[in-house]
Formats: sequence, C-alpha cells, structure tokens
Amino acid sequence: MELRPILSAMLRNKVGALLIGVQMAITLAILCNGLFIIEQRVILSHRPTGADEANVFVIPNQWVGSPPDLAARQQTDLAALRALPGVVDAFATNSYLLSNGGSSGGVFLTSDQKESSAQTAFYFADEHGLNSLGLRLVAGRNFNSDEVLDRNGNNDLTPASAAIITRALAEKLFPGKSALGQSLFTKPENNTIPIVGVVDRLQVPWVGTWSEKFNDYSIIEPFRYINPYVFYIVHTQPGQLPAVVKSAEKKLFETNRSRVLEKIVSLTDARDDAYKDDRGLAVILGVVCAALVAVTAFGIVGLTSYWVAQRRRQIGIRRALGATRNGIVRYFQTENFLIAAAGALLGIALAVSANLWMVSTFEMQRLHVSYPIIGAVVVLLLGQAAVLWPALKAASIPPALATRA
Amino acid sequence: MFNYYLRLGLRSLKRNAVLTALMITAIAVGIGAAMTTLTVFRAMSGNPIPQKSSQLFAPQIDNWGPDRPEGLSSDHLEFQLSYTDAMALMKARAAKRQSALMATRFALRPSNPGQKPFKVFARAAYADFFPMFDVPFKYGGPWSAADDENRAPVTVITRETNDRLFGGANSIGKTIRLDNDNYTVTGVLDDWHLIPHFYDLGIRPFGDSEGVFLPFTRAIDKKMPPTGSTNCNSDVDPGFAGLLQSECVWLQFWVELPSAADAEKYRTFLNNYAAEQQRLGRFHWPPHTQLRDVTDWLAYRHIVPNEVHILILVSFGFLLVCLMNAMGLMLAKIMGRAGDIGVRRALGASRGAIFMQCLIETGIVGLAGGIVGLGLTALGLWAARSLLTKEFVALTHLDLTDTGLTVLLAVAATVAAGLYPTWRAAHVQPAWQLKAQ
Repeated sequence: MELRPILSAMLRNKVGALLIGVQMAITLAILCNGLFIIEQRVILSHRPTGADEANVFVIPNQWVGSPPDLAARQQTDLAALRALPGVVDAFATNSYLLSNGGSSGGVFLTSDQKESSAQTAFYFADEHGLNSLGLRLVAGRNFNSDEVLDRNGNNDLTPASAAIITRALAEKLFPGKSALGQSLFTKPENNTIPIVGVVDRLQVPWVGTWSEKFNDYSIIEPFRYINPYVFYIVHTQPGQLPAVVKSAEKKLFETNRSRVLEKIVSLTDARDDAYKDDRGLAVILGVVCAALVAVTAFGIVGLTSYWVAQRRRQIGIRRALGATRNGIVRYFQTENFLIAAAGALLGIALAVSANLWMVSTFEMQRLHVSYPIIGAVVVLLLGQAAVLWPALKAASIPPALATRA
Repeated sequence: MFNYYLRLGLRSLKRNAVLTALMITAIAVGIGAAMTTLTVFRAMSGNPIPQKSSQLFAPQIDNWGPDRPEGLSSDHLEFQLSYTDAMALMKARAAKRQSALMATRFALRPSNPGQKPFKVFARAAYADFFPMFDVPFKYGGPWSAADDENRAPVTVITRETNDRLFGGANSIGKTIRLDNDNYTVTGVLDDWHLIPHFYDLGIRPFGDSEGVFLPFTRAIDKKMPPTGSTNCNSDVDPGFAGLLQSECVWLQFWVELPSAADAEKYRTFLNNYAAEQQRLGRFHWPPHTQLRDVTDWLAYRHIVPNEVHILILVSFGFLLVCLMNAMGLMLAKIMGRAGDIGVRRALGASRGAIFMQCLIETGIVGLAGGIVGLGLTALGLWAARSLLTKEFVALTHLDLTDTGLTVLLAVAATVAAGLYPTWRAAHVQPAWQLKAQ
C-alpha cells in the first residue's frame, strides 16, 4: 500500500489526526499505569498472613472497671473457650493479624548497637498461640509453659524469656545460618532473648505503606497479656466458625457479665476490612480504564465516520478508477494504524514518565516493561476495531457516485 | 439574536443526534469522573475549622535530639509532646488558650440495667479546649478551670452519647459511670464533626471521634492508659509514673494565638524554653522547635492518601481524553456544516456572528454534559463511598458549590475545547463553499 497519499491526506486534516493520536497516547498512559496499580493491589490483598484465616476469629474483650483479678479472669475465659465444642485452641494477645494496630519496635543483635537491625512487630502469646493461629513451625519448638510470663499492660517492661520469629526475619538477621540458638536484644527492656523457634510466616498486624518494609518481620514473645482490653484469638475446626462465634459470645457472658465485647471478627472479615480500599481502588481504576477505552473507541468511530462522509466523492472516484472495496478498507485501516502507532509511541513515553513521577512522589513500584507493550498493542487493536465500521461503510460507497453531482 | 442562535444550535444538534449524544456522553463521563475525585479531595483536604484555622497552632519541641531511632517524621520533630514538655507549656500559659490532649477509652455503664455496658472513646483535655475549638453546646457548657485544678470527676458528652443514655433530654447535673467512677455532666455538645479531626491525627483522622470529654488532670490522676501511639526513644521506668517521667511522646497540644504577633512571640517562647532545657542539661542540642497552624499541620501530616492523588491524576487525564474526543466530534460536526455556514456568510453574516452561533452551540453541549455529569458525579460518590473506607472518602456529599463547580467546569471546558472548531467555522470561505455546491 502506498503511504504517500494517506500521509498527504492526513496533513490536510492535521487537527483531527492529532486529536485521535494524543487521545490514544493518554489512553495508553492511563491504561497501563491503571492496570499496573490494579495488579499490585490485587496481589497485595491476597497476600497470605501465615494463619489459618478461614478458621480463626477474634473477640475483642474489654473488662468494665479495672478489676484487680484480670489474670485469673483471663485464664477462666480461655479455659471456657478451649472447652467449647468445635474449638481447636484459644489464647489472649495484644494485637492480631490485619487489625492495623499493634506494637512495633527495632530489634538489635547486641546491646551496644545504635541502629536497629530490623523493624519488627511484637505479638504476645502463651504456649497456645501457635496452635490458635494455625501457624506453621519450621524450626525449633513452641514455648514451654514455664517460659510464659505475665505482662501487665503496655508500660510493663518484664523481659521476655524466649522468642519465636518468622522465617523472613531469621533470614534478615542471620543470613545463611540457623537462627535457633541465636539471640535478640530489645529496647527499652534492655534484654537478651534467645530464639527458640521459627515460623514459616506471620504478617505484621498493619497493612499499608507504613509497614510494607517490614511486612514479614514478626516476633512472638511468651507473655500472657494482662490488660483490661485484650483480644481472644480462637481457632475452630473447619466449618465450625459461625457456630462457635455464637456459643463463645454466650459462654463469655455466662462466665462474667461485666464486660464489653466489641464486634467479633473472623480473620476473613478482617482481611476484607483491611484491604477494602485496595480492592475499591482496583475496581474504580478498572471502571475508569474500561470507560476510557470505550470513549476513545467511540471518538475514533465518530471522527472516522465524519472523514468518510466528507470524502464520499473522492472514495467514489477511487472506486470508479478501479480501487477494490478491500483497498478502501485498507486505506482507512492504514491511516488509523499510522495515527495509532504515533500515539502509542507518545503514550509509552507518557506512561513511563507518569510512572517515574509516581515512583518518586508516592513510593510506587516501577512499571514492568510488559505493561507499556501490552498497552500499545491494546491501543493499536482498539484503533483497528473502531475504524472497521466506518471503513466498511466507506467501502460500500458505489463507484457511480463519482459520476453524479 | 441569542434566542435565534439558541434555536439554530438546538436544531443543528438535533439534526445529528448520534454525534450530539456521543459528545454529551463523553463530556458527562469525563466531568463525572473528575468531579467525583475532586469532591473527595476537597472534603479530605478541606479546612475543618475555617474561621479559626490561622489562630490555632500545634507546637513541636525536639526532645530526642539528633541521636534518635528511626523517626516517623523527616524533620527530626515528633508529632506529639512528652508529659514533661506538655506540662511546662501548660504551666507557662504563654498563649491565650492552651490544652494538652490525650485519648483514652472506657466501658460506659448505663444506669438503666437493661442496657449493656458499651465502649466509648474519651478525650482528656483542659477546659480551654471547648472555646479554643469553637465547640458548640446544646446544653450547659465546659467544666471550669477550677475543675481542671481539682481533677474533678466532671464530663462533657456528645449529642450522640446523650441521645443513647438520656434519650436526648437535658442531662446537666446527672452522672454517668465510666468504668468505676461517676462523672457529673456539665455540658452536652451540639452536632460537632470535625473532618478531619485535626487535633489528633494519630487515631483515624476521618473516623469516629470521641463520645465523652473529661479533664486531662483527672485522666493523669487516674492513670488512664492512652489510646493512640506512644513513641519512645530510650529506656522507660515501668508503670504510669515511668511514662510521665519519660521522654516518650504521646500527648497532643494545641494553643490559640489570635494574631501574627502572638504567634511570633510564642515561637520565641518555645525557643527560649528549649534553650532553657539545654542549659538545665536535659537537651544536649540547640533549640529545635516548630509552630504550625491548622492548614500547615494538615499539609505536614500528609493526611490525604496517595491513592486520592493518583485518582485525581487519572480522572483529570480521563477528562482530557473526553474533551479531546468532544473537540474532534465538534470539529467534524461544524465542518460538516461548512456549506450552511458558507451560505450564511454569503448572505451577510459576519465572522463574529458565525463565531457566536457556534459558541452557543458548544455551550449547549457543555451545559447538557454538565447536567448529566452532575448525575454521574453523585453516582460516582455513592460508588466511592460504598467501595472505600472513611479514610479515603471522608463524609462527602455534593453541596451547592460542588454543583455549581461541576456545571461551570463542564461548560468552560467544552467551550474551550470548542474554540478551535468554532474558529475554523468562522473562517469558512463562503465562495469555496458555494462553488462546491
């Protein structure tokens, strides 16, 4: 196909071609950044926490007043929960997965170290903790019951006697060697803690940019968390969760009425809540991307139809001079391809610079190379699809038209 | 003339209904997307207390020095104050009004035995808090300065709490039971929802706020555990006394300084305070303090999530595409009528007249796009509210300003996009067009 007549026709219609081209460029830029963000959010919101999420729920328990016998009440509650039918195990803690609230701090390898070796999250648990969350121990052992101490609220600095850490933290702190038998140093307790076990995975309680850098660096310390406000974590047998939620609430009120039970949440609910914005953002971006593609496509249809209408006589003359229907269709397709190709080049540049800007301003990730390429292909195909209908209409213009007028 | 052009415009739009519908849809969709994000952004970055935002300041004092753990802020200043510093500022009374603040929580035990105890967030503050933030009262008023002094068991409750406990009746002088203690109600607030509640951004800035207020001195006296973040840089002695003596930062602090001169004086005061602490050997570094008003504070704390910025960027990119689209279609439409325009020009219409006529035509399209766009904006806000949490979509609703802004933006953007096609129309050569007929 000869390109020269197409180009010279386009030059006579600079603005229209420019409008379509730039539109396609912006569409491409938004499309690939949008799809990239969607993919990131979807991956994020499906990231496993390490717990048996489907069968674990959380009871936030607040005692009314400041009863002096908190520790005893807690043991009574836990014994009652563990005895319920359908319950695998239960324990009390300071923070839970996906809750966006908890305790965090740096850990050190030696006492004279100034900068911490890693930022971590601290979970408190007794010897029932691992079982109640369904965590997988990959090395070492669980806490012994004589290692578990009372920790009275947040300002208690009782040193931990042992620690179980995540595999990711073990690899970060002791690359290439076993973490078992090593020890950690924490401030402000100023205490050396031996590592007795490593779990496969346990996410920190926060989700979001703040905790992204230490997402898998958790430490479990052997404490009974004695506080007027604690979380009971209950692990149920598969499929028993809804029934156990009801019986647990009833049982706790039977044991002692003087408490406030906030909304009981399963970890599945907690995940939905924690990632609501990520999913919402993905949906919104998805809708915008779809609308964008539709608008651009209709714009191309509209403008090309107009060009066809404007050139009816010329098309008729070309047909009369021997151009085939296919030739006419190919003319408009080539024209659109040229515009779309130029638009795609501009769009790729735009997409990459928008992404770089977001990387520097919002600490976003770099766009993967495949996205601009996929975006360019989408835009080119979109153009071809949109131009087909007006092009076919053009091809149906009878040659006889040239002789009229 | 205007009416005539209006009729011409409407007729021309009707003649090519498909193209017109495409244009209006494109503009409406673009406007809808852009206005949805803009409304969300305006609500989230809005000024929660416009009448006073330049008179309310949060002081910051560097009590950790250059040798600090990985800080939350980039400027070597923490967002909160230690008890030591907060008390020093309270004692100095260097501002017109001042209040140290902390959040805590209670189990509220209704006197009606049928009602179960429920959780309530509480704000511990000084009596100055209420006039300082222009807090509206339905019944009664704040507790007195003497109550602050005496650590009195008094409380101000919100309208919601009053409705729940007393069925909305005047409850002044009645008592409520917070955990183990009775508190006498001195005031009931009227509706008061600061968005964001700027005075403590550490706990969900757009979320539910406190249900009861009590004297700060009482909260300290009763060793109430703070809700929100407590950040420490060094060893802390155990217990509440240890927290009070420590360099941990866990209190919010606000002052009211009516004039710029007052603010300047307070800056000097803060610096002098830090210098004195250096002389006393508590700080081993030169004074480093800061005083920000509400607007600066909100910007400094970056409370609008990045995602909102990304959405704004995307939606305005989208609007741009929609407008270019409409511009292309308008160009097609107007140039398709080059013949008509040529006839009108030949019959004596001036370029200005043609220009006006086309301008009115694009204005109609813009107006229609704006009105449909307004509906889409409302739909978009509804969708955003159901898809996102409050931290992303602070209580947003379309107000009169937003409505006006939407339609105005649509008309302005469409007319701007239509300028080139209109200009082209005005430059149609009558002779060529007539010859071609």
